Amino acid sequence: MTPWQFFLSHQSEILSATLTHLSLVLISMLSATAVAVPLGMLIVQHRTLRAIALGTANILQTIPSLALFGFLIPLPFIGGIGPRTAVVALVLYALLPILRNTYVGLTSIDPAVLEAAEAMGMTNSQILFRVRLPLALSIILAGVRTATVITIGVATIAAAIGAGGLGTFIFRGVAMVSDAVIFAGAVPAALLALLADFLLGLLERRLKVS
Amino acid sequence: MNVKTAISSDFLIEFCDVSYHINDILDRAIVSGVFLGIPRGETLILLGRSGSGKTTLLRLINRMLLPTQGEVLVDRRPTTEADPIRLRRGIGYVIQEAGLFPHFTVAQNVALVPSLENWDSTRIDARVQELLQLVGLDPEEFSSRYPRELSGGQRQRVGVARALAADPPILLMDEPFGALDPVTRAELQREFSTLARRLHKTIVFVTHDLREALLLGTRIALLQAGRIVALASPQEFLRLDQPEALAFTASLNASAGFPQ
Repeated sequence: MTPWQFFLSHQSEILSATLTHLSLVLISMLSATAVAVPLGMLIVQHRTLRAIALGTANILQTIPSLALFGFLIPLPFIGGIGPRTAVVALVLYALLPILRNTYVGLTSIDPAVLEAAEAMGMTNSQILFRVRLPLALSIILAGVRTATVITIGVATIAAAIGAGGLGTFIFRGVAMVSDAVIFAGAVPAALLALLADFLLGLLERRLKVS
Repeated sequence: MNVKTAISSDFLIEFCDVSYHINDILDRAIVSGVFLGIPRGETLILLGRSGSGKTTLLRLINRMLLPTQGEVLVDRRPTTEADPIRLRRGIGYVIQEAGLFPHFTVAQNVALVPSLENWDSTRIDARVQELLQLVGLDPEEFSSRYPRELSGGQRQRVGVARALAADPPILLMDEPFGALDPVTRAELQREFSTLARRLHKTIVFVTHDLREALLLGTRIALLQAGRIVALASPQEFLRLDQPEALAFTASLNASAGFPQ
């Protein structure tokens, strides 16, 4: 069977796997952003916390993804088999790019702008929300974009712990030694990644302040 | 009734034996033992080479820095006792790179302090118009532009307008015209000297350019290694025989093309 024939005969199954995949990625990215952006804002001021947070996120990123899924399975509450564990792993994975870009974005602002803001009598929170954040937005979004592309890829491995998604076809294809089945998972995953990269790239350019 | 209060009342800004040290292993003194009183309406120039402590002295006035020894009094109150936010909103500040907010339009930049102070929008709009005209920018043309769409000189004009927005009695300026080309710089210096005379602000102006100091200052404080080594009116300054003052006078003659 050619990949195309397989695709045609399994259209609805592939579509539903794509939707599962997409929802895994979306939930993970929203959670990771909700954690990493405020954390990034916090570590601008706190030196010790900065070292701990960036260090931890760095280490998490170095754990091979399949191993990370495996480590989480025996844990209570967040572990087990299924999408919840997968989301936890994907969030941990996505933290670093967003956290690092948030920190870099907030700290790489023209010192003259910050000096003026302070000298004009803006409070620290006014400087954060009216100056640093708006100016860092495109860099933060670049981090979200990188993290999204990584997450779409890593989410295929989530199928190994029963979370479903496009990885299901890849694992099945490997077991059946069938390129056609592998393609059915890999091609939509690659297209999703390209599409996400393109759309977030558009948004990033719109938010950029020169 | 002590003598200090009596003296202080004459000055809007006063340095009483002020030192500022950077608290590291070397314990470097950036400013040492400065006494200086600045009366209302004066344009005081802080003149000195790079690293002589002039910017530090300026930043001690609006509490961007706190003295490690002595007191800085603004309107007779030590800066250590003032609320830094309130203090700074009453002190205009202009720096070399202007430091305009790149994500704000010209009008929004100028309106910064009034909007922090919650003025109503009609009053802010009127004030922005007035200020842009004051610094020689047509409000119609410039209000909605972004800083990146301005020349260096125009940006600096907006910087001055922003500093004046809430009509502060004090204006601090740190080499505001230092990064401009010579022609634009001369233009802005001339206009600013007229403006300063009209506004009756108390201005503290940092520069390393004696020509600028002579043009704009009512008095010149010469700094060397964190100390004030001379304090004179522009006329007197040229006749000083203090070595650092002579070095500056010589640089003036050299740049004018008249070797001594």
